[in-house]
Amino acid sequence: MNAPTQPRTRQRFVQQLKLERWRVWFILAGLMILFGVLIARGFFLQIMDEGFLQQQGEARYARTLKLEANRGMITDRNGEPLAISTPVQSVWVSPRSVKLLPPGQKRPAGWEPSSEKEPVPMSREELAQLAKAVDMPVKVVESRLSTSRKSGDKPDFVWLKRHMAPQDAKKVLELNLPGVYAQTEYRRYYPAGEVTAHILGFTNIDGKGQEGFELTRQDMLAGKSGSRTVIRDRRGFIVEDISTIIPPKDGETLTLSIDRRIQYLAYRELKAAVEANKALGGGIVVLDARTGEVLALANTPSYNPNSRARIDPARRRNRAVTDLYEPGSTMKPITIATALESGKVTPSTVIDTTGGAMGMAGYTIKDTHNYGALTVERVLVKSSNVGTARIALAQDREFLWQHYDAIGFGQPPRTGFPGEASGKLRAWKTWRPVEQATMAYGYGISVSLMQMARAYQVFATDGEIRPVTFTKQVAPLPGKRVFSPEVVREVRLMMEKATQPGGTGTRAQVVGYRVAGKTGTAKKVGVGGYTEKRYVGSFVGFAPVSDPRLIVAVMIDEPHGDSYYGGTVAGPAFSNVMAGSLRMLGVPPDAPTDNILLPGQDEPEVPEET
Amino acid sequence: MIKRLWERFKQPIDPWLLLFTLLVFVVSAVLLYSASNQDVDRVSDKLTFMGISLVLMWCIANIRQQTLMRLALPAYLVGVLLLLAVEFFGVTSHGATRWLNIGITRIQPSELMRIALPLMLAWYFHLHEVHLNWRHFVVGALLIVVPVGLILKQPDLGTGLLITSSGFYVLFFAGLSWRLIAAGAAAFGGLAYVVTHWNLCINILHEYQCRRVATMLDPTSDPLGAGYHIIQGTIAIGSGGWFGKGWLAGTQTHLDFIPERTTDFIFAVFGEEFGLVGNALLLLLYLLVIARGLMISHGASTTFGRLLAGSIALNFFTYVFVNMGMVSGILPVVGVPLPLISYGGTSMVSILASFGLLMSIQRDRKLMKG
Repeated sequence: MNAPTQPRTRQRFVQQLKLERWRVWFILAGLMILFGVLIARGFFLQIMDEGFLQQQGEARYARTLKLEANRGMITDRNGEPLAISTPVQSVWVSPRSVKLLPPGQKRPAGWEPSSEKEPVPMSREELAQLAKAVDMPVKVVESRLSTSRKSGDKPDFVWLKRHMAPQDAKKVLELNLPGVYAQTEYRRYYPAGEVTAHILGFTNIDGKGQEGFELTRQDMLAGKSGSRTVIRDRRGFIVEDISTIIPPKDGETLTLSIDRRIQYLAYRELKAAVEANKALGGGIVVLDARTGEVLALANTPSYNPNSRARIDPARRRNRAVTDLYEPGSTMKPITIATALESGKVTPSTVIDTTGGAMGMAGYTIKDTHNYGALTVERVLVKSSNVGTARIALAQDREFLWQHYDAIGFGQPPRTGFPGEASGKLRAWKTWRPVEQATMAYGYGISVSLMQMARAYQVFATDGEIRPVTFTKQVAPLPGKRVFSPEVVREVRLMMEKATQPGGTGTRAQVVGYRVAGKTGTAKKVGVGGYTEKRYVGSFVGFAPVSDPRLIVAVMIDEPHGDSYYGGTVAGPAFSNVMAGSLRMLGVPPDAPTDNILLPGQDEPEVPEET
Repeated sequence: MIKRLWERFKQPIDPWLLLFTLLVFVVSAVLLYSASNQDVDRVSDKLTFMGISLVLMWCIANIRQQTLMRLALPAYLVGVLLLLAVEFFGVTSHGATRWLNIGITRIQPSELMRIALPLMLAWYFHLHEVHLNWRHFVVGALLIVVPVGLILKQPDLGTGLLITSSGFYVLFFAGLSWRLIAAGAAAFGGLAYVVTHWNLCINILHEYQCRRVATMLDPTSDPLGAGYHIIQGTIAIGSGGWFGKGWLAGTQTHLDFIPERTTDFIFAVFGEEFGLVGNALLLLLYLLVIARGLMISHGASTTFGRLLAGSIALNFFTYVFVNMGMVSGILPVVGVPLPLISYGGTSMVSILASFGLLMSIQRDRKLMKG
């Protein structure tokens, strides 16, 4: 060691070897202060500014994509699908992150953006590839890619082509072009097409219900869409999912009370009847008499909900539920049952209909024939307006109103269907006698076909009425008594006779089953009163009479064929639907097949004027 | 026999310094695995460098102080010569001429200077310790200015400043008057002010250096250009929060948003994945290394040992501070790696070589006692 030997210098050496105290403190303080600065900076960035900086970071890498929920299926009562969603791919582009190069130029290999916001160049060749893959003209694709907002900046999201088959969309993505993405969407498909169109409605391209149960049960069917946050690297390519994924909640399955087989049958028969009678349109409702469930509901004209073409609003009308008509003679059993309920008449009470006409306050009530004296039963079988009017006039108008009201007229049937018509039933205090008389045979009162079908529940169930429902019921809903069972049984027999020879509804008969029902032929209300040549022919009935299972209501709007009588235009459709449905449901026949008289083609038509 | 070998092996080793170094290495390997996107090759490269460096450290730790003193002047002269060689025959990359191609690999002579300059100064002051006066400090300053001038010319502002500081620490420990320190600090501050505020950049500093300084003052003024490094760095660190996003889970890191994430900006990866708590622990670990260095300096038997150890410890601190400060946006971006952690062999070799010097100083103290 170079240790000094002289005492004087040695002294100095010792002084120097020992670091001056202030230097020690200076160093320690400096170290602490600078480390403190680092920690403070860390605290500032990581704790104070964390939210902002995290957000800034996410803004640089994260993109939230919507995950569409699978829309719930709609099935019939047996689980057969009526509306299903199939996954499709929708391709979208981000104009903000793509820059189209002039022709001839190419993106250099290994191109890197200088910042995360710089758009990725896309060559003309790539544009042409993209256009070919999505099967669109190059010009259209180019204009989508160069979409810009009013403010001049480019949007981050523009649909390029929606609802592509997954394998086609895959080809687009395999091109691995910048700023081109795909998203899974669901396309609604209705296997039964126009047959169930009015019940189900349809969805728009964004999967929102527009009509029918697609609209009313939108929330239940739609489920909840989830979201997926994907991360992009610096070049904007999606790298992977990150943990914050909200899974979509798929919609629930809606099980309707509809029976697809009966629905097909009902629609087919209705369409045939409307075409055969050159009618404007028609509606049909099939109810389960015991539970109030709707087994079928069809209208014509209908539309194909699978087609995205514009649908004529007139075709979208769900006539059976939303359209009102004057029921005409199908009202008569209700009036007569009310009269029987009052005890003022019995089925054998004789009513004088002599003359076939009856003048009242400047208005004439007419029958098609002069029937003379008729029992109450024959009034119904022959569908005598005069007889029904006389019976009604003998009743207390409040009593009549109470029963019309209890049977559901003047109030919506609350089936859960959009746009239900409630019909018109005026307060009894405002009734004039002539109105009391005409209402009795179905004029001056308006109902929907659904309301009428529901009203006939009282005859099929020994006097009780239940709410009608489109959803499958485990147990029948509680009913409300309107008529006593004795009265109902009497009226039911009268209605059965109305379908038998001598009655107005012979064409409604069904081989092997006892059928009861009532025809209706009403003039339509036009501008300034009733029109002469426009009618609504209807038939409402049920079977088997011994233990009613089904109610079928058929309405034909403005038949312009050979006949316009309800028994002729609606009766055969009723018969065919009832026969097919009873067989499908395996309902045992209650009538011997050998002694029933079926009307042939030459069977004389029984005319009626209401 | 084995026992004797073991004795021989551990004889020059300072256990505390080795322990802290190995702890930092563990952090380094773990972090590099994440920062390199789980590139095992890079991690094993790094481990190889660690091994080589540790062997070098052990070798240097075996050298006696007298030998070190004898090596000081030659090392310094070789360093200066190599810097001159760089000036004339250097390899240019990214606009800077910092490397010498020696056939098998490229070396960066400025790294050698990191050791050679303190060694030279410590030896010089040790030589004149008995009659130290202001002239020796002038000579010391000149010894600093020559290599630093060459390094600044490359240009490499960061390394130049760091080597200046390592020289300055020797002067400080040797007893540089506080008046001179204050005057120097004022002059430096004034120069920095003039440079940054009066567009003297073009003449004195290179344009990119000037931009970096200006950008540091307001990174958002040029978010896509020079401010990019700083913004991405602060965002990555800032999104770490208290405990970080977890190892391998740093989004900024793995999505390639952090530039130079295995080298100079690896601290951003660390901050994002381990949070403030992780930062504090890493700082504590570094502080332990520095504290051990200062203790060795304090207990050194010679002025040479005291000056050299003090300079090495403080220089290590300076690297840590400058790197962390740069990544977290309080210092301009200069190319300084995070000591022992950043990927890159040269820096690690020179740091462990300096730790070898520390151990050698520590060992001689023990011998003196014995």
